[in-house]
Amino acid sequence: MAFNIELPHVGESVTEAVIGKWLKAPGDAIEKYDPLVEVVTDKVAMDVPSPATGTLTKILVEEGETVLMGAVIAEMDTDEEIVPASASARAATSSPSASRIGTMVQGANVGPTGGEFLDTSLSTPEPASVTNEAGGGNTSGSSHGSTRQKGFSPVVARLAAENDVDLNSLVGTGLGGRVSKKDVLAAVEKGQGRASAGSAKDSLVTSEDEIIEPTPIRRMIADHMVKAVSEIPHAWSAIEVDVTGMVEWRTAIKDRFESENGVRLTYLPIALSVVAGALRTNPRLNSSWLDGKIVLKKAINVGVAVAARGGLIVPVVHNADEGTITELAGKLEGIVKRARSGKMTIEDVRGGTFTLNNTGALGSVWGGAIINHPQAAILTTEAIVKRPVVISSNGKDEVVVRSMMNICLSFDHRIIDGAEASEFLQAVKSGIEAINLESDLK
Amino acid sequence: MSEQTVIEAVRATLQSEMRRDDTVIVLGEDVGSRGGVFLATDGLIDEFGENRVIDMPLAESLICGVALGAAVNGMRPVAEIQFADFVWPAINQLVGEASKVRYGTNGVKTAPMTVRIPYGGGVRGGLYHSQSIEVLFSHTPGLSVVAPATPYDAKGLLATAIRTDDPVIVLEHKRTYRLVKGDVPDEDYTIPIGKAEIKRPGTDMTIVTYGLMLHYSLQAAEMAAANGIDVEVLDLRTLRPLDADAIAESASRTGKALIVQEDTPAVSISSEVAAIIGERCFFDLDGPITRLGPPELPPMPFSPIQEAAFMPSPEKILAAITKLSEI
Amino acid sequence: MLTTTNKPSDPTEQLSGTRLVELYQTMVLSRYLDERVWLLNRQGKAAIAASAQGHEATQVACIEATDPSKDHYLIYYRQFAAMMALGTTPEEMLRGFLAKEDDPMSGARQFPLHGAHPRVDLFNFSNVIATQLPQAAGVALADTLKGSDAVTIVFFGDGASSQGDTHEAMNFAGVHKLPVIFFCENNRYAISVPIEKQMGVESVASRAAGYGFPGVQVDGTDVVAVHEATKAAVERARAGDGPTLIEASVERLLPHTTDDDHTRYRSAEDIAQMANRDPIKILSELLKRRDLLTDDADAEIHAAAKKRVNVATDTVDAEPYPSVDTMFDHVVDSVGGNF
Repeated sequence: MAFNIELPHVGESVTEAVIGKWLKAPGDAIEKYDPLVEVVTDKVAMDVPSPATGTLTKILVEEGETVLMGAVIAEMDTDEEIVPASASARAATSSPSASRIGTMVQGANVGPTGGEFLDTSLSTPEPASVTNEAGGGNTSGSSHGSTRQKGFSPVVARLAAENDVDLNSLVGTGLGGRVSKKDVLAAVEKGQGRASAGSAKDSLVTSEDEIIEPTPIRRMIADHMVKAVSEIPHAWSAIEVDVTGMVEWRTAIKDRFESENGVRLTYLPIALSVVAGALRTNPRLNSSWLDGKIVLKKAINVGVAVAARGGLIVPVVHNADEGTITELAGKLEGIVKRARSGKMTIEDVRGGTFTLNNTGALGSVWGGAIINHPQAAILTTEAIVKRPVVISSNGKDEVVVRSMMNICLSFDHRIIDGAEASEFLQAVKSGIEAINLESDLK
Repeated sequence: MSEQTVIEAVRATLQSEMRRDDTVIVLGEDVGSRGGVFLATDGLIDEFGENRVIDMPLAESLICGVALGAAVNGMRPVAEIQFADFVWPAINQLVGEASKVRYGTNGVKTAPMTVRIPYGGGVRGGLYHSQSIEVLFSHTPGLSVVAPATPYDAKGLLATAIRTDDPVIVLEHKRTYRLVKGDVPDEDYTIPIGKAEIKRPGTDMTIVTYGLMLHYSLQAAEMAAANGIDVEVLDLRTLRPLDADAIAESASRTGKALIVQEDTPAVSISSEVAAIIGERCFFDLDGPITRLGPPELPPMPFSPIQEAAFMPSPEKILAAITKLSEI
Repeated sequence: MLTTTNKPSDPTEQLSGTRLVELYQTMVLSRYLDERVWLLNRQGKAAIAASAQGHEATQVACIEATDPSKDHYLIYYRQFAAMMALGTTPEEMLRGFLAKEDDPMSGARQFPLHGAHPRVDLFNFSNVIATQLPQAAGVALADTLKGSDAVTIVFFGDGASSQGDTHEAMNFAGVHKLPVIFFCENNRYAISVPIEKQMGVESVASRAAGYGFPGVQVDGTDVVAVHEATKAAVERARAGDGPTLIEASVERLLPHTTDDDHTRYRSAEDIAQMANRDPIKILSELLKRRDLLTDDADAEIHAAAKKRVNVATDTVDAEPYPSVDTMFDHVVDSVGGNF
């Protein structure tokens, strides 16, 4: 008979092991207790013996793979009657012996009114055509055929809370990827829970320390950041941009700009205009990872991180690629004002597809920003500083003083690779560096 | 220790209880020379005479009313209802009267009576020799209802029922009578009313069941084990009062519960078990409380193919196990 | 229909004149207490009452022919006078009607007259008509198995005679010649349904023939006659000769219960005629005719009964209801058993 070889349970708290070298190959004759495969757990390295004598027919788990204890790792053929390991483990707990529970004696039937009657009207007791649900195997409960992975079962939620396990970080093995009780227990076992943080917290706080109850906005920001960091695999890239031309140009026109438009010309609308243009040519940067798919957003709605009174908020400039610098400057001034005075509308914050983060105003020269979930990337424009740089002209290097600015990109590595990130950064760089005193205000 | 069928265990227990206590009498239709249609009382009239083994007129209300009257006057009658399907005329005497004797007399009178009722289907019994009638009795405060599924439990619970000072309904599944064989100790023992038993320990889910379905569930659990699903099987044994602690303990431990019964599910034992689990295990559940039973039809068609379609089977239970395990 | 003579029998050797006066006292006390209970219902204190007014002679005489030290009494809800005849005190009766803590029958769980008597083997498990008849057969069966010569008397009304349980019980009692007396108090009404709509035969007693034991008809207002008929049945049962069905014809002087209005279904003449069949009046006249009772003595009996009932009412009215925790007692035996 064919028999499934299970990875035996060893050790109290061990739930999984890494399969090492297989000592037998499919087709090999094996004897009971022959070493079959090397297995490594975090507590022990051992050889798993063959559970019976026969022939190894199939190896199901390759070297280096991690499997749960009790999982089937190979198949064999054997003439022996074997009780699966999972069944024999039961002997320890108290339950009546099989002989006491009794066995069913085939053919020992009682007739409908008490006599002996061996019903032969059906050769097979169970016609296959009616074993379906409609025919009597009625089960209630939920319609668990459908893929339902929203929400967690009560025990999963409870265990996660008790052990401080972030359920979003787990990969579920249940139906439709549902995180099951087993998955949480395995995570706790692996130390994925942050239970230690709880006890550490107590010892970290002394009576002199002040505990601040976060405001709802603070809490929201915190949750949003945690979500972004735990869900999005971040990657970073940064380049420096020579903004000397842009600085000169702005200096030359800013007074006239202000008097004509009633709006101050900062670097932000200029950068925004360039970024919006670069997003149009690099659409992957303007996207979202949703339910395992990449959604390229048609509209280019760029959020601008603003330090407001209560904390960080990100008002959105909708269709940033369609406005001139003048229009963008006007829009920006409006939303920043509303953000700082707490008079934002819903429209002001929704629909962002990319975020521009101007930390340069704060003097920062380098940063690894957290992506604004569920967007694909965030670009930081850092402080403009005059620096000596080496410029090559006519085959000759010379050191000159230039206005330099770093731009730093954080991107979702599920969507974007380094090459695409660089392409986008280069597009922004060349766009900015193209600005000089001859540039039109557009 | 000897190997006995369920019906042999019932008969041997009646005999030993009648030897043990002169006030134990047996009454019912055809319980005398015929020895009962299932032969549960075979030979008793020869040993104990017709004063203690009483062939009753064909009147179920009478059988239970007489048992009740004799019980309040010093006897320990064991009434046999020939088939559960015929018990309805006696409901008045059992649910209406016997259940409230102690309560309605403020403890002055008690009714130490036992009513044995062969029930259940899968024996080509059609609509009137297949019924599961446990719900009405199990709904009634003042009655105890036991449903032993093994020869061992049949002996221990019948002995308990006879020795208990209140009415006990003993439900014996007809199909188990000769189908199930197991070890029964020779010595005297009793099994407390209200205690379920784990017949097969497991870790992945709990099947809560009773009666014939215990054996089908155990069979299904073995098949599931071959697929790597470790199923615990809890045999309720007593249907009133339900062993809520055992149900909750097991369901909490495994996180999943499948309730299997032969009776139609609406407003039934499985409803109550599901409620217990819902109330007591909510934060330990890792899947929907699931019930497996026959369709909501009058139990059950005489046609063999329809009977098989109606009855839960090991295969159907295995399918339910598999489905729940995949959640 | 049974024709009644309204000519009550004279005292006999078995039932002396002196004893007859004592039974009369019991009947009068029962009547006063019965009337009081109806008043307590109208005061909103007694939730329900079924009256025995008109049944007193039958009940008192029947009990007189039995042995309360060993016999069994399975009564129904109208056995007010029978309860009194068996020595239940007015206070005990009232505790049942007012649902007070010390109700001896059921601890105020059940309607009045339901439960089990604390001193004699009298019980009444339920309100369901005729369930007591198979139970009585079982009680009697147990006595035969125990070798006891106790007799079981089971009371029922004409309404119960229609039930299947009645047939089943009488049939079984006839088969086994059980020491049981089926005592029917036929007041001609099952609530509102008259006897001619209940049965197609002349009498309930005539049905006994179908079960193989005697059926006896007796005038239920005639104490001596009821006593005699019961005595004969008791002797027959004790001798092992089997059951007797006694049918006593009585009047239900009041509606079925305090919740009923018999003017809806009985004619004014029918109701008025009942006064002639009031057993207290009939017995009082007999006793006076035979110089066993003077007018003064009769007045004294009435005055004493009234006073007794007043004292009992004041006492029980002031008593507490059972506490809520007692409702959890005695559902099933939580320990014991015959282990």
